[in-house]
Amino acid sequence: MKYKAKIIVRLEEGLNDPEGRVIGKALKNLGYKIADLKVPKYFEVVFESENPEKDVEEMCRRLLANPVIHTYEYQIEPLGE
Amino acid sequence: MPKFAVIVFPGTNCDFETVEAIKKAGGKAERIWYKESLKDFDGVVLPGGFSYADYLRGGAISARAEIMEEVKELAKEGKPVLGICNGFQILTEVKLLPGALRPNKIPRFLCKWVYLRVVDTETAFTGFYKEGEVIKMPIAHAEGNYYANNLSKVRIAFQYSNENGEIIEDANPNGSLLNIAGISNENGNVLGMMPHPERASDRWLGSEDGLRVFKSMVKYAKR
Repeated sequence: MKYKAKIIVRLEEGLNDPEGRVIGKALKNLGYKIADLKVPKYFEVVFESENPEKDVEEMCRRLLANPVIHTYEYQIEPLGE
Repeated sequence: MPKFAVIVFPGTNCDFETVEAIKKAGGKAERIWYKESLKDFDGVVLPGGFSYADYLRGGAISARAEIMEEVKELAKEGKPVLGICNGFQILTEVKLLPGALRPNKIPRFLCKWVYLRVVDTETAFTGFYKEGEVIKMPIAHAEGNYYANNLSKVRIAFQYSNENGEIIEDANPNGSLLNIAGISNENGNVLGMMPHPERASDRWLGSEDGLRVFKSMVKYAKR
């Protein structure tokens, strides 16, 4: 069975996100009242699997996220045979 | 004479000077493409550069290459494994060293000389230094901000300091916890550092303070 996973990897709460800070500053320069801005990473993965939950969980743990500094969440949708 | 493999991934760019530094320190060294094998080596150096263009995170893709299984074996056997800059990132990504290297606090590429204080002289790479000694080496990285959630497990080898060896915030170039510039594993045979000892291995480079990293490693491998 084919699936599509939409995976978001975020920096652990409280960790400084330098890229987010700089982008937030630029938005402030454009006149917006920015209180906070974070830059999570977003992945779309199309894959075949017998056990999609287990595979996506592993993909996150083994490569896409670094458990020392990241949290992750995902949605999996079936794409059919 | 101990023989070291200097592993080259696509995007590695400090391999030649690392080989030269090892030779100058009295060892043999060979550049090894990451698809080759690590048989018959007494130690491994993962040199600096931008393997896989730093895609995902610095060192993240290289850390999943097959050759890293052999590096883990070597490390388990107690042989010296040194990661410099991108190599340090790879060693944390494969969990041979604790923690992670995050983007610099001020998000830009840093390329400058820094002072380091030698904290631990008991590792395989620091035997020729004196405890508390202040040495000078260059850094060149965008992701060198060391972070760990359990510092009690971290064996610190080098800290960023000022010229007098004081560990102060002003001497911290990238936001690393406790000014950490280099750490080793519990056993002291695996060490990662962001500064480039190979770029400080001859007087005409501006400093030869880094040469003793390789001299210590060569001596350790001879045991």
